[in-house]
Amino acid sequence: MIKIIDFGVGNLNSIKKILNKINLQSEICSSPEKLEDSKVIILPGVGNFENAIKKIKSSGFYEILNHLVIKEKKTILGICLGMQLFFEESEESTKPGFSWINGSVKKFEFENISNKINFKTPHMGWNTAKVLKKDFLFKNLDEKPRFYFAHSYHVVCKDKKHIVANTQYGYDFCSIVNKENIWGVQFHPEKSHKFGINFFKNFFSNIKNV
Amino acid sequence: MFKTRILPVLLLDGENLVKGEQFKKHKYIGDPINTINIFNEKNVDELIFLDISVTKNKLPPNYKFIKEIADEAFMPFCYGGGITSVNQIEKIFKIGVEKVLINTAAYYTPNLIKDASHIAGSQSIVVSVDVKKKILGGYDVYIKNGTVKIKENLIDYLRKLQDLGAGEIVITSIDREGTGIGYDIELLQLVSDKVNIPVIALGGAKNLNDFYEAKKTTNVSGLAAGNMFVFYGKHKAVLISYPEYSELNKLLYNLK
Repeated sequence: MIKIIDFGVGNLNSIKKILNKINLQSEICSSPEKLEDSKVIILPGVGNFENAIKKIKSSGFYEILNHLVIKEKKTILGICLGMQLFFEESEESTKPGFSWINGSVKKFEFENISNKINFKTPHMGWNTAKVLKKDFLFKNLDEKPRFYFAHSYHVVCKDKKHIVANTQYGYDFCSIVNKENIWGVQFHPEKSHKFGINFFKNFFSNIKNV
Repeated sequence: MFKTRILPVLLLDGENLVKGEQFKKHKYIGDPINTINIFNEKNVDELIFLDISVTKNKLPPNYKFIKEIADEAFMPFCYGGGITSVNQIEKIFKIGVEKVLINTAAYYTPNLIKDASHIAGSQSIVVSVDVKKKILGGYDVYIKNGTVKIKENLIDYLRKLQDLGAGEIVITSIDREGTGIGYDIELLQLVSDKVNIPVIALGGAKNLNDFYEAKKTTNVSGLAAGNMFVFYGKHKAVLISYPEYSELNKLLYNLK
């Protein structure tokens, strides 16, 4: 069963709904013990990094996620802020993240870009992603995929080998990350209509134990 | 490549879809759920639903109906109408909506923008600002569905909203809404150059040339329209449509 973590932030119904459309059962979990029998965990999240990590701790998800992801090697997919929380630190927070992936979360900075007026923050709207590896994620497409983004901060991987795809907005930033069983996407596949459906199909048919 | 969003804006009066001209003369055009299903098939970039009846009748948002809409939407979806508190906003997000649009309440209770963006993040908080052109140049800002003029300088007001934490601005030309005479390019240039958050243009678009013109000459991030996506021909027969992506690529980005 796919478990979607509900720690009080974000739009979870849309994830459940799109998985349902490709015949995948999922459950929205607001208490940590419900994660025990999960096959894959989805960590969504919108809003503020510090607020989110505080809520994850106060709702009891922090310890169990560390156990399931690091000890049991369960597959986890972070979406948007959910992905950012996998990193060590954020400019948006005085508290650290899960620190499963080395790197940090930074605000978009366009000061040194000549046509900076074109680059508004948040990066909001549809953009493409350039896949560097794991190209099974983008198969079965008859046109270049585009995804819906809505964020002011982006991750910076310390170790380049964890970058699966980059997206360009003023400069290249990491839009899909992977380290072993840990996956993250900066965009919202659940809101990216046919491309989101395709992404989830490819993701779930290619990772183990689903 | 980052794309300029093309957004249909749909007006609700109760649970009916309506459309008018210059914020008046609204006519029934159809069933919202039906319409959203058509837009799903057309893979639209984003949808904005505005309930024009709730502010007028001093009602809270119709959550049950918003949920029905959100359950059908596979694209980003923004709801506006009757929002006055953070509790309402949280409730709307829980239902399955990504973004809320605030207009009148942003003027009366600016802290709502601050509190809401702190909780949900700026990317979820859209502020819409409705303007009319002044005879001697410049713009007046209106609230309450264009019925009440406020004494705010447009650019100062927009910057204030941006500083409070708004993540996006929908700028609507009341004079042009529903008229099909083209966007107010001067307004869009002024606004998109003066704020650092995304600006969505609304009011006046009739066809793809209007999109092209605004994309070429301004820094707006989104191009919104009503009529163009719901009517067809000079007699305004109801027809839900959305341009083909290949057509937009060719026109706006010179891509094959």
